[in-house]
Amino acid sequence: MKHMTRKATRHVNQNEGLIFEKSSAGKAAWKLPPLDVPEVDVSALLGSSERTDLGNLPEVSEIEIIRHFTRLSTWNYAIDLGMYPLGSCTMKYNPRVNELVVRLEGLANGHPYQPEPISQGALRIIKTLSDCLLDITGMDAITLQPAAGAHGELTGLLMVRAYHQSTDAPRKKILIPDSAHGTNPATAAMVGYAVENLKSNSQGMVDVAALTAQMNEDVAALMLTNPNTLGVFEQEIHKIAEIMHAKGGLLYMDGANMNALVGKVRPGDFGVDVMHLNLHKTFSTPHGGGGPGSGPVAVKQILEPFLPTPVIMSKPDGTLGVEDDRPQSVGRVRAFYGNFGMFVRALAYILANGPDGLRQTTEDAVLNANYIRKGLEGVYDLPYSTPSMHEVVFSDKLQAKKGVRTMDIAKRLIDYGFHPYTTAFPLIVPGALMIEPTESESKEEMDLFVEAMRSIAEEVEEDPQMVLDAPHSTRVSRLDETAAARKPVLRWKPGI
Amino acid sequence: MRYLPKSPADRKAMLQAMGASSIDDLFAPIPAEYRLGRDLKVPRQMAESEIVDWFRERSRENGDNYATFLGAGAYSHYRPVIIDSLISRGEFLTAYTPYQAEISQGTLQSIFEFQTMICELTGMEVANASMYDGSTAAAEAVMMAVRVTGRRSVVIARSVHPEYREVLATYAHHQNLPLSTCPFDDDGRLNLQELGKSITSDTACVLVQSPNFFGTIEDTSAIAEIAHKKGAMLVVSIAEAVSLGIVEPPRQADVIAMEAQSFGVPLGFGGPYCGVIATREQFVRQMPGRLAGQTTDRNGKRGFVLTLATREQHIRREKATSNICTNQALVALMVNIFMTIYGKVGLKELAKQNLAKTAYAAGQFNKHAKVLFSGAPRFNEFVVQTSEDPYAINSRILGHKIVGGLPLKKFYPELGNAALWCCTELTTRSAIDTVVGMVVESERSVKAGKEEVDVQEVTR
Repeated sequence: MKHMTRKATRHVNQNEGLIFEKSSAGKAAWKLPPLDVPEVDVSALLGSSERTDLGNLPEVSEIEIIRHFTRLSTWNYAIDLGMYPLGSCTMKYNPRVNELVVRLEGLANGHPYQPEPISQGALRIIKTLSDCLLDITGMDAITLQPAAGAHGELTGLLMVRAYHQSTDAPRKKILIPDSAHGTNPATAAMVGYAVENLKSNSQGMVDVAALTAQMNEDVAALMLTNPNTLGVFEQEIHKIAEIMHAKGGLLYMDGANMNALVGKVRPGDFGVDVMHLNLHKTFSTPHGGGGPGSGPVAVKQILEPFLPTPVIMSKPDGTLGVEDDRPQSVGRVRAFYGNFGMFVRALAYILANGPDGLRQTTEDAVLNANYIRKGLEGVYDLPYSTPSMHEVVFSDKLQAKKGVRTMDIAKRLIDYGFHPYTTAFPLIVPGALMIEPTESESKEEMDLFVEAMRSIAEEVEEDPQMVLDAPHSTRVSRLDETAAARKPVLRWKPGI
Repeated sequence: MRYLPKSPADRKAMLQAMGASSIDDLFAPIPAEYRLGRDLKVPRQMAESEIVDWFRERSRENGDNYATFLGAGAYSHYRPVIIDSLISRGEFLTAYTPYQAEISQGTLQSIFEFQTMICELTGMEVANASMYDGSTAAAEAVMMAVRVTGRRSVVIARSVHPEYREVLATYAHHQNLPLSTCPFDDDGRLNLQELGKSITSDTACVLVQSPNFFGTIEDTSAIAEIAHKKGAMLVVSIAEAVSLGIVEPPRQADVIAMEAQSFGVPLGFGGPYCGVIATREQFVRQMPGRLAGQTTDRNGKRGFVLTLATREQHIRREKATSNICTNQALVALMVNIFMTIYGKVGLKELAKQNLAKTAYAAGQFNKHAKVLFSGAPRFNEFVVQTSEDPYAINSRILGHKIVGGLPLKKFYPELGNAALWCCTELTTRSAIDTVVGMVVESERSVKAGKEEVDVQEVTR
């Protein structure tokens, strides 16, 4: 069975062109009911604003649309097919009951401006989820409005800025460890802060001495991911918080890796002042090919006045209402209430788990990552031997000697029936292989993964070119990304 | 726990394999004083049937089965069944961002088709893979104009969705971008004289919405001319995508920031929706958000990849065009399928039905109350001024399981007792006749000088 994959096999999949290539005049996939009001003279109503030409929109029938998108779907890998070990992305199972409840009439068809008396169901969902997330994080107040993690970061830093402005000057800088996700510095820049890099120590953690040296009254906050992107828990978190607070700074936690903590430890208890969560990571809402997400921001009491509007509040009669009049608020960060459909799914996930399930989930996520670490140690270089939480980061140092890099190993992994891990991140590890199995993987699936990774390591020794040419089993081989960027073709045009 | 695929024996075997005596060993890196020594205060673990019951109850409390005349940035349109059939396929639903192109061609090709159709509909040359929603798309489009022009200030039409304007104010505040608001005329359109006066040599762009918040279609050619003459860009926000089926797109705009919710996305109490930014080719490198592009593989076969990533945060960090990472991919897929279903002919016919229902409703209202802004063309929304407070009228309409138009007092106090009404292809003539009948009654009772009935006000 050497170098044979036990997990995957080839099967026929269908070719399919662009939908525009199937279009022909007179085909239709729609039918409107007869009008129950008089027809109108469009040109009389719209005058020069009337549109007569809809360009190259397709004309196709319903069965063609079903086949088109079904065929496209078969070209994707998905959690439903197997392990998706993308580090820091938390690709866990997306429960199907969540998809059912979000489609219940009153929730799916609820209008964000419908009167409060007939919005109590939706507001109750927002309130219940908020209460759960507050206990999970150990924080005091929360907004669910941000549409994704990066949007949560933006909201959180806006609040940090408003806080400093309310007492003093807004301060100029945000400290960000060199292991951080790219959204952290990009967000700081959007809020008008300068970004100052903070070096990691030899264990991959925040260098407390460096932090002490760099922390001063110009620094508004430290943006810290904990566990960090190496999957390492910042053991000196308490000292870090103290250093920040002593000079009037705040501690922001990027909650991307909250899947390692839920039910075991709460950021609010270890000194975090403001943090965002990713409902599409920790709380199982589907990634959907890149979104939608949801990035609630939880804060300590000192930041509560600055929450974005609107805020949900309980009224004396026990019903829920919406509060807009908050003079210190940073303002609105999105129209309406946020990605409500994600709140429904996340709450359904929490209800399905309960306190015991959430704790077991965290334990299994950490157990799985450590099991993989054990299985691959020695075969792949482990640049930091610090204990792992929910993910483990190897490097391609051993394989690079044969000219094979992390991306090549990742591409070969596809042939073994797995989605690649996260490549080349975090930046502090050259040639990183960042692996996060989540709790959703069985022992069998992980044994297959370890076997595949070990087998690839052997292939690198025996036949590196074969690995460099991978993947071999996909519809398309490696795509020319350089050409795509040099002469971008970003849309179809007739005759191309 | 039913989502966890491990038996106690599996866990034990795994711990043994790594030489750990218990799971606590793995949590040892967390200082003991921070470990939570209790259960989380969340509801107990529920059976699937209990979860469904709980949410059914919430659904019933949430206006289940009400007809609606609300629009204002969130529109009630019919959603063809196959949208959910297709997006429920696990290969779409449970896939990640298509960074690994070889096993993400399904998502990538569908984004490419989405970008193409958005270009066709807006008259722009490039469109991105999606933004969070219409409000943040508008704010990001404005910041894009600031980068392109190197200018700092922004002129915003007062007829842009009030919540979009609030979001822009939040985004602009700490970038120190001065914002000024330009009023609307008696016909509901942007006041062009005032616009001419508000644009300075520091104006990066003018932001308008068309159809605007009142449903009125702006004269975007005239606005573009005024803006361009002074070197400012024109950013047009489109909140009602169905309008594009029958309303000429603002082809003279430099950037279009859309909300595509109308294209097959559930109202869902305000989200998730689907923002999009479209622009001219020359500005593509300043555009935020993901882009799919066509290329070839090693055998010359057509394929698609995410491209021009050097604009994005994972490459450029603090120098990126935006911090956006996760977008609205699955919602963009709904939009894509919707556009494919209706296509070149259906979208026009759909838009025409919206126009006809709205024309009928506005005509009926106008017989008994004042329909504002009738001097300019409108799509599927209109503003009605009544003698009585619209909250009071709405609370009576609600008794018929109908949600009336959005009272505008909070956003536009200068319009008095005004409300914004919306009709789509789903609005029935009988619902229109019912609400018009109730407005007639209201007008009559006010005119008869009766004591106002003490009606419990519906908040908001």
